[in-house]
Amino acid sequence: MKVSLNWLKDYVNIALPAKELAHKLTMSGNEVGRIDVVGGTWEHVFIGQVAALDKHPNADRLKLATIDLGTERMTVVTGAPNLEVGQKVPFAKIGARLIDGHTGQVAELKPAKIRGVKSEGMACSEKELGISDNHEGIMILPSDAPMGVPLSQYLGDTIYDIKVTPNRADCLSVIGIAREVAALTGQRTHITEPGYSEEGNPIDEAISIEIADPDLCSRYCASLVTGVKIGPSPQWMQQRLIAGGMRPISNVVDITNYVMLEYGQPLHAFDYTQIKGRKIIVRRARNDESLYTLDGMKRDLNPNMLVIADEKDPIALAGVMGGADSEVIDPTTSILLESANFNNISIRRTSIKLNLRSEASSRFERGISPELAPKALRRATQLLLELAGGKAAKGIADVYPGKREQKPVLLPKERVSRVLGLELSTDRIQKVLASLEFSCKPAGTSRDLLVTVPYWRTDVRMADDLAEEIARIIGYDEIPTTLLSCQIPEQVPAPMLTLKENVRDLLVGCGMQEVITYSLVSQAALDKIDSQGKLRPALRVANPMSTEQEYLRTSLRPGLLAAFASNEKHEKDGIKLFEVGRIYLHRTNDLPEEREMLAGILGGPRLERSWLCGEDTLDFYDAKGILETLFHRLKVKTDFKPAEDQSLLAGKTAEVIVGGERAGIVGEVHPKTAALFDISAQPIILFEIELAKLLPFAGAVYRYRPIPRFPGNSRDIALILDASVAASRVQEVIESSPLVDEVTLFDVYSGEQVPPGKKSLALSIRFQSAERTLTDEEVNKAQQQIMDLLQRDFGATLRS
Amino acid sequence: MLSKLEELRAKAISELDSISDPKSLEAWRISYLGRKSPLTQILRGLAALPLEERRAAGAAANELKAFLETSLAQQEEIVKEAEIARAIEKGRLDVTLPGRPTTLGRLHPATQTMRQMCGIFTAMGFEVVEGPEVEWDYYNFEALNIPQDHPARDMWATMWMDYQNEKGERPMLLRTHTSPMQIRVMESRRPPVRVIVPGKVYRYEATDATHESMFYQVEGFAVDKNITMADLKGTLFEFARRLFGKERKARFRCDYFPFVEPGVEMAIDCFVCNGAGCPLCSYSGWIEILGAGMIHPDVLRRVNYDPDIYTGFAFGMGVERMPILKYGIDDIRLFYSNDLRFLKQF
Ligand SMILES: [Zn+2]
Repeated sequence: MKVSLNWLKDYVNIALPAKELAHKLTMSGNEVGRIDVVGGTWEHVFIGQVAALDKHPNADRLKLATIDLGTERMTVVTGAPNLEVGQKVPFAKIGARLIDGHTGQVAELKPAKIRGVKSEGMACSEKELGISDNHEGIMILPSDAPMGVPLSQYLGDTIYDIKVTPNRADCLSVIGIAREVAALTGQRTHITEPGYSEEGNPIDEAISIEIADPDLCSRYCASLVTGVKIGPSPQWMQQRLIAGGMRPISNVVDITNYVMLEYGQPLHAFDYTQIKGRKIIVRRARNDESLYTLDGMKRDLNPNMLVIADEKDPIALAGVMGGADSEVIDPTTSILLESANFNNISIRRTSIKLNLRSEASSRFERGISPELAPKALRRATQLLLELAGGKAAKGIADVYPGKREQKPVLLPKERVSRVLGLELSTDRIQKVLASLEFSCKPAGTSRDLLVTVPYWRTDVRMADDLAEEIARIIGYDEIPTTLLSCQIPEQVPAPMLTLKENVRDLLVGCGMQEVITYSLVSQAALDKIDSQGKLRPALRVANPMSTEQEYLRTSLRPGLLAAFASNEKHEKDGIKLFEVGRIYLHRTNDLPEEREMLAGILGGPRLERSWLCGEDTLDFYDAKGILETLFHRLKVKTDFKPAEDQSLLAGKTAEVIVGGERAGIVGEVHPKTAALFDISAQPIILFEIELAKLLPFAGAVYRYRPIPRFPGNSRDIALILDASVAASRVQEVIESSPLVDEVTLFDVYSGEQVPPGKKSLALSIRFQSAERTLTDEEVNKAQQQIMDLLQRDFGATLRS
Repeated sequence: MLSKLEELRAKAISELDSISDPKSLEAWRISYLGRKSPLTQILRGLAALPLEERRAAGAAANELKAFLETSLAQQEEIVKEAEIARAIEKGRLDVTLPGRPTTLGRLHPATQTMRQMCGIFTAMGFEVVEGPEVEWDYYNFEALNIPQDHPARDMWATMWMDYQNEKGERPMLLRTHTSPMQIRVMESRRPPVRVIVPGKVYRYEATDATHESMFYQVEGFAVDKNITMADLKGTLFEFARRLFGKERKARFRCDYFPFVEPGVEMAIDCFVCNGAGCPLCSYSGWIEILGAGMIHPDVLRRVNYDPDIYTGFAFGMGVERMPILKYGIDDIRLFYSNDLRFLKQF
């Protein structure tokens, strides 16, 4: 809401500098954004009077105007067609900064000779002063404008752009803001009841009003003015409308807009002669009805929409837009002014549905008071009589089926301090509330208060609302600052949260970078990792911002692959990314399952390029090593088994088994999949773990193992066995020996030194007993037993 | 005999002085102090000498032996020192060469910030809870005093899920704030509660340098018998000091959120200009960081908390905003485009 300070001054004295007042408004809930100073650039512009108009000696189409500034007279050369002797005009002296009417650029006015005659300044158009876009002639000021006075003193203004919160319908008006200013600066508003003489016939003879759907219209008021002359509205009104962000149209329309800005009550003007049967019916539209609205569009109506109809047809969409047929266009006519209170929900639905959100609908939406309707109507009627002539009918029509008795709000004595934590005397509370025109009286014999809320404050309904009023007027700085003193509530453990944080820390320790990718992905991205449609169907957003973000991801893969691809273009080092995030899995008639996942991707050089490091490439075993570290640190026992996956390479993929169940997968990304994401590096390793599968183990209690008190005994062996035997099985067999403490596989070899189809595994076995130092004989015996088992199970022999 | 010993001493010392390596030292030891050395021979032959002569020669020979041993030890020390000095000289490094790279990853800046925020609140007795990102209209709006057709719905541009219930309504959405967790937590617990909720939220919003369609929020709320706005002020001012530095000032101003009453917005004094006014704070000297208020009695009633017995406060803040302010990040879209050149800076 744009508010002119000059306009505000009609209703409240303003002594504070504009910035300070803006601060007070902001702190109390009406945030002032921009502050525009109108006329801030009008230095050297004064009000002058055209004293004489003479012919230019050398040019037929130019004139010499003598401008009287009171203390001096100046001569200027002008081509303006609308100048007449006696007019008051804005006059710019040399040095003024004006907007060029043609280029729109600001330029300083310099002395000039036009066709041989010196011009000592310039009479200005509205455009040159930045008041409007009008550049058709010189701006003509009212005849009572004071001669010689700087224009900024006469027309200058300060405009606040106020962000009014959705609860404050009353603050979408100059008077509403004036009331706020009064309360904040310890003053009273001076708002006079509009009055005018009613010389016409009684209004009841001219119009009958029926509210057929009182649930959507709680009050309908109307006045009638006959013999109205349509024309432009006066300068001051146009200026205030422009300052308020509205475009001047004609006196009648401008008056309805002016009063809307002033009172916050939207109004509508009908051409009375177009209302058939002299009857206004406020009713729901019928299914087969339509209406041409003021913007020339044909609107199909339905019973969810409220219309103003005459005897036959709808003539306006209530509170949203008027109909073209009843638009005021005739030069002289009779005007029926409407000031009504429509249901906020209905207005909001209709205006959103028709995409017709306006200044009027935004006021109705917030719920304005029905008490406002007749007051604004009288004000508009008064202005209509003053500015467009005519005769007002006697009285106003007023149908008010939604009248409710306004109940005072009970403010229990302790409530303000219970909410604010600030002790205030009853006297102070009453004073603050009185400054906002709330009136208080004791509730019975208690020290509670009964507070009568002014009609315009539709947002105040309960004691805590009053507490806010008090806080915002005295200022929140007065509220003390205390720390919670109550007992800390019992905390519920959150194992998944703990697990996620641990996983993040461990992977960071493993050299991986955490990324966070969008939860919404495109169908195309999901297709790239699921060409066979194996994943559950993704949930779709009904109103996506773009097809790029249309589906809730069912996998972290697309995001990670895309992140890898985009970074690959500029990273010289290896890329190791992980994400801990949710995937969203459809459930019938319920919110989706939001499954917590871990996924990682890596590829490129293993180590940062350095004079100390080689140039090996990250591979499957790097990813597996990271996972092993992760699981080891989480105390989760895992197995890796060969597996298949549509995006991963067969033979280079393993599933991760936890507690006998598949908890995830790790493998080399299939070159076809990589290509779909424009990844050129090879190999790329991807892993994916379902975190919930780790939970039963990750949080489990474990006990420490004592440090061995006796020395261990290490033996290295090299085995020859079939290339197809899984190393993990060999390790398992060795570990099954009771004396074996640890087995480390330190070499794998196949090639010339071993027979074809065979491989060699070199293992270091540490034998250890908790009870005694093992003798060589014991170790030899154990080692032989192991060899026998390996021989039996895998046909393994010792490599000589 | 004595002159023979003197001769030996002179020869041995002059040889010893010129020795600079351990091997020659050993050879010297063998030739002068070894079993076959002349001195040992002399000492062995002492018994054959007449008594008078034996005494004088014995003393002299033993004195020489002790002297040679001491001299050897001294020379050994010198040789060792020289050896170390040579090794040092030989092993000089170019200490300006870069060190061997280690591999330590990084947390995403949003995670880092959330941890910092949650850490401050958990130290004040708040418990961290998470909730669903896909929500029902009821939790996201209705239970928070934002019924259908409420004008405040405009404050949260919403992405709706393509799901219709049997009534033909579309009640499923991507949560627009973390506030629905106020309802979910209070529904399942009795007061007192003191909870903090970090999480992703979504808006139907065209993205640009200052707008994202996905971002993180941290929500917090506390309900108990005697909680007041003074507690809210104290809690949040303390939070601001711990996050932005203890010299920071904070202030409340009136603002509107349908689920709190009174509602406030908190700002801190600008840490670039210290309140004097600069582009970061739009020349106001203050930077808005969060919205808060006392939980609306109707919200408490909805979860069967009696507002005449219990009061509570709630607050919510954007996560990315903190690093944006702190590090002068000029485009919020950098957070989720995951460019390592950005992520590696945190
Ligand atoms: Zn600043």
